[in-house]
Amino acid sequence: MPSVKKTNSAQKNNTLKLNFDTSWSYAPAPESKSAATINPQYDLFIDGQWQKPLSKKYFNTINPANEEKLSEVAEANEADVEKAVRAARNAYEKYWKKLVPKERGKYIFRIARMVQERARELAIIESLDGGKPIRESRDFDVPTAANHFFYYAGWADKLEYAFPNRTTEPLGVAGQIIPWNFPLLMAAWKIAPALATGNTVVLKPAETTPLTALKLAEIIQEADLPPGVVNVITGAGATGAAIVNHPGINKIAFTGSTEVGKIIQRAIAGSDKKVTLELGGKAANIIFEDAPIDQAVEGVINGIYFNQGHVCCAGSRLYVQESVAKKVIKKLKDRIETLIVGDPLDKNTDIGAINSKQQLETIHKYLKIGKQEGAEMYESSCSLPGKGFWCRPTLFTNVAQSNRIAQEEIFGPVLAILTFRTDDEVIEKANNSPYGLSAGVWTDKGSKIFNMTKRMRAGVIWANTFNKFDPSSPFGGYKESGFGREGGLHGLHAYVNLVN
Amino acid sequence: MGKIKQTMSKTEIKKSVLSISENGLEKPVSNKRLAVLKTYKIYIGGQFPRTESGRFYVAKDSSGKQLANVCLSSRKDFRDAVVAARGAFGGWSSRAAFNRGQILYRMAEMLEGRKAQFIDELIQQDLPKGKAEKEINTAIDRLIYYSGWCDKFQQLFSSVNPVASSHFNFSVPEPTGVVSIIAPQNDSLLGLVSVIAPVIAGGNTCVVLASETKPLCAVTFAEVLNSSDLPGGVVNILTGTVKELASWFVDHMDVNATIYCENDSVIQKMMRDKAALNLKRVFFYNDINWNGDKGQSPYFIMDTQEIKTTWHPVENIAGAGGGY
Repeated sequence: MPSVKKTNSAQKNNTLKLNFDTSWSYAPAPESKSAATINPQYDLFIDGQWQKPLSKKYFNTINPANEEKLSEVAEANEADVEKAVRAARNAYEKYWKKLVPKERGKYIFRIARMVQERARELAIIESLDGGKPIRESRDFDVPTAANHFFYYAGWADKLEYAFPNRTTEPLGVAGQIIPWNFPLLMAAWKIAPALATGNTVVLKPAETTPLTALKLAEIIQEADLPPGVVNVITGAGATGAAIVNHPGINKIAFTGSTEVGKIIQRAIAGSDKKVTLELGGKAANIIFEDAPIDQAVEGVINGIYFNQGHVCCAGSRLYVQESVAKKVIKKLKDRIETLIVGDPLDKNTDIGAINSKQQLETIHKYLKIGKQEGAEMYESSCSLPGKGFWCRPTLFTNVAQSNRIAQEEIFGPVLAILTFRTDDEVIEKANNSPYGLSAGVWTDKGSKIFNMTKRMRAGVIWANTFNKFDPSSPFGGYKESGFGREGGLHGLHAYVNLVN
Repeated sequence: MGKIKQTMSKTEIKKSVLSISENGLEKPVSNKRLAVLKTYKIYIGGQFPRTESGRFYVAKDSSGKQLANVCLSSRKDFRDAVVAARGAFGGWSSRAAFNRGQILYRMAEMLEGRKAQFIDELIQQDLPKGKAEKEINTAIDRLIYYSGWCDKFQQLFSSVNPVASSHFNFSVPEPTGVVSIIAPQNDSLLGLVSVIAPVIAGGNTCVVLASETKPLCAVTFAEVLNSSDLPGGVVNILTGTVKELASWFVDHMDVNATIYCENDSVIQKMMRDKAALNLKRVFFYNDINWNGDKGQSPYFIMDTQEIKTTWHPVENIAGAGGGY
């Protein structure tokens, strides 16, 4: 039952408090680990086979929720990258580029179907290896990955319609380097359009989350793809650098930090390599006074706390119109109290484990900076598990536009709240960022939405919703959030040469 | 059924005759198993009724051998089918395009699994084995082709229109509604699949008259549809004669478009004429080689789409914006 004290403060703010208080609590509802198989050790998937690394080195991948080792995976060195690129080149020249497009499509349909068939296993492994709530990996990551394969499979024999008056040809071998926040989904975003357009692939998953990409390699093997069409090699930054610098690679597709994106762009200068970069973001999420406030609050919560805030398009800067700021902040504080932080495999969990110790340290660094710069920090009062990497859902009020927590990407469950009075002011503030990946607008007035979407410098803008993704919808950034689009018709362009 | 029995050889009939053993129990004189013959029925609203008229005709191969008794559908059957198609339209057209794609893919999976049966029927309907195999393979791939289009043609045929006033103005294709189709007389499976797939890929529902002379595959294809997660009523398949049914296909007031695949100029004229009753869209696919690449294209989907344009005002206050 609501306590008297809370009711009084709600009345003082002249708002109705969302009544989340209840004598009921959630019993644990853990997903079973038995539905997933993880090998004790994984080799490199090169030329359709599991091959021991020439480096002879392996590294551990752990469960960030309890710091226990899940498996160990091979660390590819330059010689391994060389092998993988050669296999991809061979598969490209001898088989893949000659294959009738509709048959190419049918291979990708197979992958889509097998990902669907093994969805539960993939979801469990995703949550174990990356720390994200099973609810998200089960309902978002894995189905969206399968849908992406299904969507691009259909494009394989339709490219002449996608680029009118031009013929397309594949680029060759694509080197793809993906991040740890959506490991399987990012693999799908990269592999599906590359294969559909006739390229072969060398994919490197992030070092903290390699397992679902390796599972995907198993699926690709089962789907009987010609050897070498997809190669999955594991490793850290050095392995990624070896891929970027390899002369046999025709295209680099990278999703990750802006810092590394800039290094890649420099590294390929002077080569013919094509590149697409999907980098960081600091999305402005704007609430106008005429917005449906409860709906907006839910959208803000989803926008910043989805996947522990490890989302490049997270709505990490909230701009609230002054007239409703008090009410919105009150409701946000109430709402984060209700978020369940804990075991990623529990189906009730809203916020799982922070992906790695290193990332947790980055987040803590920014919490400190935020306080030092004079912003007011508020965090949920929830308790945190003893082992593993955890961060309470946190928000900062009294944030200034120039504060580092309003300018830099934190990549954690930390929201910076700022206020504004006029449309002009908020557009100015929202666009005042080196990033331009995404943005959100909350208002009941349609004409205002389109005014905002027109003026905002960002690649994806959500109106009265947030963090929505679909295989048919292009995604990618303006400015230092990178270039190139993934998804939809536009996503094909990154993997073809237009000739004639 | 007397006529059908003639298709069995005399020895088969002899072998199946039962004799009475000494103890008075029935005992077969041979171990040869008697085949169970299939009743070829029509497909309306996800059910397999017989024609309400109770009539039948006999499908024969080119040598005159009788293949099956087939329903001779009536005007009333067609009207029932239109009711089913209209009923299914709301649900089918509001499915996510992606979901429709998955269901068309499922249809291809089911068809692949029943290849042998279709090859058998195509051979009965006079195709040599090699051609029968090619026809079923092309039909399966055609479903995959249109499965892929379900969530892609919109991006190609939609537009954001740069109107001069301060409006967000966009145009998108939407399904036209219930489509009546008289399927190609030849290519009894591939032709049927090639005309149905683009219509339902775009979110329409349909009533189809199968090839009059080669109806077996159409009925068996209905069984594939029935096990493919395709909602009942989205595709309804009748068997019967073009001569009797063509005019009902085109003058029903709750049908939005009609597709006719033959060259008969008398029927074409009649169709154009009757279609004016409620401004049906009429399409003649009479010169199309369904076996080739020209037998598939997103323009077939667009034939049964309407374009909807939406205007929405864009507020013009605040001057800041694009400078960063």
